Parts: sequence; structure tokens; C-alpha cells
Amino acid sequence: MAKIRRNEKREMPALNTSSLPDIIFMLLFFFMSVTSMKEVSYKVQFKNPQATELTKLENKSLVRYIYVGTPTAEYRKQYGAETRIQLNDQFAEVNEIGEYIVNERSSMKESDQGLMTVSIKADKDTKMGVIADIKQELRRAYALKISYAATQRTSY
Amino acid sequence: MAKKIPQINASSMADISFLLLIFFLVTTSMDVNQGLARRLPAPIPPDQKAEDKDINKRNLLVVKINSANQLMVQGELTDVKKLRERAKEFIKNEHNAEYYPKVYEEDFGGKIGIYKYTKDHVISVQNDVDTQYQAYLEVQNELVAAYNELRDELAHEKFHKSYNELDEEDQKLIQKVYPQKISEAEPKNYGGN
Repeated sequence: MAKIRRNEKREMPALNTSSLPDIIFMLLFFFMSVTSMKEVSYKVQFKNPQATELTKLENKSLVRYIYVGTPTAEYRKQYGAETRIQLNDQFAEVNEIGEYIVNERSSMKESDQGLMTVSIKADKDTKMGVIADIKQELRRAYALKISYAATQRTSY
Repeated sequence: MAKKIPQINASSMADISFLLLIFFLVTTSMDVNQGLARRLPAPIPPDQKAEDKDINKRNLLVVKINSANQLMVQGELTDVKKLRERAKEFIKNEHNAEYYPKVYEEDFGGKIGIYKYTKDHVISVQNDVDTQYQAYLEVQNELVAAYNELRDELAHEKFHKSYNELDEEDQKLIQKVYPQKISEAEPKNYGGN
């Protein structure tokens, strides 16, 4: 007959957690390698326009960015609220784009120079006059592969 | 007497790495870099004047955007949502209409064989200096979408696959039938400030 045991000490065995740090570290490294840090600190603020026919920019080392938007609050006193262009970490004028492109291109490997893509990250309310000026500068600098940064539109 | 080395208590290790993990989760931005890829035309050499190409009127689809972001296609006020269909009709000219581009028949080889296409069509986008970037991009987007849809249709018809699933060679073949011909004029001030 089965006997009902009582008062017999039966402790729950302690869970072995010694591998927990390793698992967490693995997760940590995964996130560290997958996530992309911001390329620069933005001095202009912009909201991407929306579109549907988007392609991903494949090779990050071949992409250079041009930011277009209004200066953020801390720079507004100095630079006003007009649309400005940011190259790397500083404000720039339209005519500086050519030089920037040439410099960036010469710092690339020779085999990659023809593959350079310029991503224009502009605010959706920007006037086309500014964009057209940038495009003319890019044409003159022979940076013909461009990409208008946009976010996927989910609905009309 | 052998001294016993006390074991280091590693139970807080998990907490520390958790903290690091959460820090990285919060600070990094997962934004994917995507955008509408376009190709600019090569610059005109300074010693050469910009020549006005003589394009037959029927081969040209003029899309104008004014400073109030209104769209005009061939002189008609149009909604952006209708632009895609309009462009597709124009590019393909299925019924050989005489007000749409001239249709040629050509042997493309490969699986496509002899196929009708409009060789000389050009879509011209003109915008005002004050046009909003979003409006401009929407138009560009719709035109690219029209080409993408046409290419996809052809891929389904001839290869029974979608365009993106084809290998590079077949994609090139389809691009020959539907080359992207979107020309952009210099921005002018069309009045209406």
C-alpha cells in the first residue's frame, strides 16, 4: 500500500543560474552588433516623407548623407528658422556640397568610388528649391546615385 | 596547510549584464536606411549648351507640380492617386492609341521574344521652387511604382515569377523593355507665389 508521507523534508532544489550571465551576454552582443548608432548628432530636425517604392541602402560604408531641415531649438537663435543643410557635423552652404563629395570620395577605396550613394535626408516640408540646388551640386560633383530617404507609407 | 580560495560570488553578474543590455536596447536606434533610389543625369559640360531635345509631342507625358502642390498631367488637374494608372497606360500604350507614344516591335531574345514597347516615351516632371518635398516625392514614387508594376506584370507573363525573384540577367532583359525614363526639368517659377 502506498503510504502517505508526512513531515518529510522535501526542499525545492535550487535552480542553477550560473549560465544566465552567458545567455544575457549573448543577447547583449547580438544587440550591439545589430543596432546602428546614429551617424552624427543632428543639428537640423527633419521628418522623413513617406513613400512606398523603397529600396534598402545596402552597404553603409558607401553611403554619404546630406541632412536638410530647420535648425534644432538650441541652434535656432544662431541660425534662424530657415531650412539649412547639414554635412557631417556642421551646417553648410549649398556650394560646399561639391567639395564635401569630392573629399568623401577620395577617402574611399578606388574600387568603391563609383558606387558611392548620396542619401538625401530632408524634411517633408522642405521647399523644392533647396532640394533642386542640392541636386544640381551633386550632378556637378558627379555623385549621380542618390536616394531620397523616406519611410514606408502604411496608408493613404 | 593549504588555504582555501573563497569563491567569488557571481550571482550579480546577470544583473550587471542585464543593465548593459537594457542600456543598449534603449540608446540604439533601429532605423533602417531606406529610400527612393534615383539616378541623376550626368552634368552638361560647360562648353556645351543645354539643347532642347526635340521630342514628339505624343511621346511626352508632362507632369507639373505647382507651389500649392497641385498636380497637372498633360494640362489637366489630376489627383496623385490617379497618376500611377495614367503613367502605366502611357508607358505601355496597349491599344496603340495615337495620342500615346509610338509602339515598336522588337525581338528582345531570351524568354521575352518579340514584344511591343514604346521606345521613345519620356515622362517629364516639372516642379515649382515652392513645391513641398513630400508632394514631389509622392509623384516620383508613383512614377517609379508604375514602372515597377509594369515590370512585375511582364515578369509574371513571361517568367511566371515576380520581378524581384528573377535573376539579374532576366531583370536586365525586362529593364530593356521598360527602361525608366523620368526626366526632370530645371525648377522654374511658375507663378502663384
